Amino acid sequence: MDLHFGDSKPTDDERAAVDALLGPPESSWEGADRSDADLRWARGGREARDRRDLLLPGLHALNDRIGWISEGGLDYLCRRLTVPPAEAYGVATFYAMFSLRPRPATVLHVCTDLACTAAGAADLCAGVEARLGPGVCVQRGPCLGLCERAPAALAVRAGDPVRTAVSAPATVREAVLAATAPDSAPEEPPAATAAPQAGDPELVLLGRVGVVDPSSLDDYRAHGGYTALRRAFELGPAGVIREVTDSGLVGRGGAAFPTGRKWQATASQPDHPHYLVCNADESEPGTFKDRVLLEGDPYALVEAMTIAAYATGAHRGYVYLRGEYPRALRRLEHAIARARARGFLGDDVLGQGYAFDIEIRRGAGAYICGEETALFNSIEGYRGEPRSKPPFPVEKGLFGKPTVENNVETLVNVLPILTMGAPAYAAIGTAKSTGPKLFCVCGSVERPGVYELPFGATLGEVLELAGVRPGLRAVLLGGAAGGFVRPDELDIPLTFEGTREAGTTLGSGVVMAFDGTVPLPRLLLRIAEFFRDESCGQCVPCRVGTVRQEEALHRIVERTGAAAADDIALLREVGRALRDASICGLGQTAWNAVESAIDRLGAYE
Amino acid sequence: MTVTPLGIPRRLLEFTLDGQEVRVPEGSTVLDACRAAGKDVPTLCQGDTLRPKNACRVCVVEVEGSRTLVPACSRTAEPGMVVRTDTERARHSRKVVLELLASSVDLSTTPRVAGWIKEYEAKPDRFGPEAARLGEEPRVDNDLYVRDYDKCILCYKCVDACGDQWQNTFAISVAGRGFDARIAVEQDAPLTDSACVYCGNCVEVCPTGALSFKSEFDMRAAGTWDETKQTETTTVCAYCGVGCNLTLHVQDNEIVKVTSPHDNPVTHGNLCIKGRFGYQHVQNRD
Repeated sequence: MDLHFGDSKPTDDERAAVDALLGPPESSWEGADRSDADLRWARGGREARDRRDLLLPGLHALNDRIGWISEGGLDYLCRRLTVPPAEAYGVATFYAMFSLRPRPATVLHVCTDLACTAAGAADLCAGVEARLGPGVCVQRGPCLGLCERAPAALAVRAGDPVRTAVSAPATVREAVLAATAPDSAPEEPPAATAAPQAGDPELVLLGRVGVVDPSSLDDYRAHGGYTALRRAFELGPAGVIREVTDSGLVGRGGAAFPTGRKWQATASQPDHPHYLVCNADESEPGTFKDRVLLEGDPYALVEAMTIAAYATGAHRGYVYLRGEYPRALRRLEHAIARARARGFLGDDVLGQGYAFDIEIRRGAGAYICGEETALFNSIEGYRGEPRSKPPFPVEKGLFGKPTVENNVETLVNVLPILTMGAPAYAAIGTAKSTGPKLFCVCGSVERPGVYELPFGATLGEVLELAGVRPGLRAVLLGGAAGGFVRPDELDIPLTFEGTREAGTTLGSGVVMAFDGTVPLPRLLLRIAEFFRDESCGQCVPCRVGTVRQEEALHRIVERTGAAAADDIALLREVGRALRDASICGLGQTAWNAVESAIDRLGAYE
Repeated sequence: MTVTPLGIPRRLLEFTLDGQEVRVPEGSTVLDACRAAGKDVPTLCQGDTLRPKNACRVCVVEVEGSRTLVPACSRTAEPGMVVRTDTERARHSRKVVLELLASSVDLSTTPRVAGWIKEYEAKPDRFGPEAARLGEEPRVDNDLYVRDYDKCILCYKCVDACGDQWQNTFAISVAGRGFDARIAVEQDAPLTDSACVYCGNCVEVCPTGALSFKSEFDMRAAGTWDETKQTETTTVCAYCGVGCNLTLHVQDNEIVKVTSPHDNPVTHGNLCIKGRFGYQHVQNRD
């Protein structure tokens, strides 16, 4: 590899931002001044290239400090990491939170996704754009994971350190305040306000949310923390996997794969090292349960990851956290640092001779990176494009090594499995969907938030708990990749088998209620826009199909009956190819919600 | 002496292809098996000298037990597999993929695609006159080759050939996302400001003519490009001692482009700037 650089130089700030991440450069080959020694031998090679995974953190460092990524800054980062500038440019342009063009230091991300649109995001956007001058860049974007407080806005002001402020529910005045003075914006309400059941002693997963101090390891331990890990060390790795398998736990991210089987498959791989990856890139519109867990009970994830890694023979774990969750990032960083300082992470966890540590990697605005293999590429410093399977992650995952990847909620379920034992856990819920489940309820309800219920509760029960408002027109299950159901289908049991039988999906547990405020065709158009924006562009069905889907929905947004029939037929054909021929779940599900709206709700009739 | 590389002997495995039992060497792809059995499965992004990217999805087939269709180009054949290549479901996806591509990309110089569009009864026009197209202008920023990204189907072959699979120059990458994704050098600059070494190995693998010799581009623009009047002569490059094979494409007694046979066991179709573009001295008649 012969790196080629232009003449652009980094500014002092850009250099400082990169050096703060990577340390000072050691030779002119890495961007320092040239010394005599540099003239006599070259540095680089495999050792330098092995740091490729620091590319995404490096891009964040530049963007956080300056607000955008200049040519000089990008070149300097490339020199430091021995990455070809063309590749780094390809990676940087992949993520919505980065800009390769100059822009103001402050960016106000305004959510225009489903829940926020129904709560007046359009007026909010118009209002802030009218009030804010050229000093703030207003960016309309997909779900910010604050649906219980819609409409939502997130202000990010670049600098050292970067400042963030969340405004939700946002009024024009508050959003403008957050953008112009992020430091003096009011503190967000505690995480527990997003969990209306908080404090209920019956809760299994949310039991500590709003009860413990999320910054205190001692408080966590006083509320049952780290008993599961001790139990894990008693059981040994094989024993832990047996418990998890017997519990019937399946993945909560949407695919519902049996967790025990995944762990067993990874643990038995002869290739080493093994990796553990926690998928906290919660980007499905309407989903915010991982955020509430991370903000309200961050040590639970640290403990659960330690158990999962111990069981599968991993010594290094990564949390891939979506970039739009600043408070979850702060709390998790703090929890990991405290756990490390107290010997709950590190070379000798709990004096058991087992080494494990966790690193957080921030996403940068790409829904596709929630796809398990796209997430690996993103961590490794490549474009977040899904890989083709097989080989599956349990065999070749992160850095090409056997990897277990689990969602936050899945991992947190491991704690009660070990503390109460597999049989007691499996007794919760139904025979095929065991355990408690988190539902993200938002939209047309009085008390939106994350609800914990045993599997088997019906859709009606969940909606009743959240106080569904009169005039219910439709419910979206599973988010943009899920499907709509009618208000007369409230007896659908919210289990994997129950939703499947009813011809819909549970997905990630989104329950979004709609009244007639926003016409259904507008919602479908927003869903189609979402998939068009978030398609990585790798495969043709998704890259072009999502565009054609949006175009057709645009044409029929005001039409019904025979006037829409041709385009609906076209949508069905494109949708079928999307589902059959796309590489990954994004394209395969991009037509689900639209199809369900046409077939179940009779949209356009 | 001619040495034929034999490699490690490979076991044969058996699976069902369109109802017939077929035997292929272990490690073969489903596409290899289809071709060995004489089946014409269309491909666009597949390259004989590159690892399968399975991006275009035009080669999808049905595999029993698989929820979705499977790209024949990258799926390794497994014993006992039941594969069907010509089902209504597979044909539907191929048809739609062809429609999606033809409605957004200029496929006028893509070999064979017109035949497939006819065979699969694809109707790219049905997305209407407003259907978004790439809308790119040809980039003529150097004397050797032209990048006409209006013809780009984003097969990644040029990126792979420029990167770790062959050239190790890494001058280009996919930039942007979704429908806006394009092949670009850093900062989307002209080629002359990039790491490009003008080996032309990207031109060699481009399946659509998005990358072409400047000479071919100019002749097409002038309406003088005529492949029926061209001869192809394979010879050995005279520049250095490696002995790369060159195929000289000659029209009206002028070399109009240079390719290299992909089955050459040393170079696999790759050349350097001299072999690829340094042929003017041959035609110097002064």
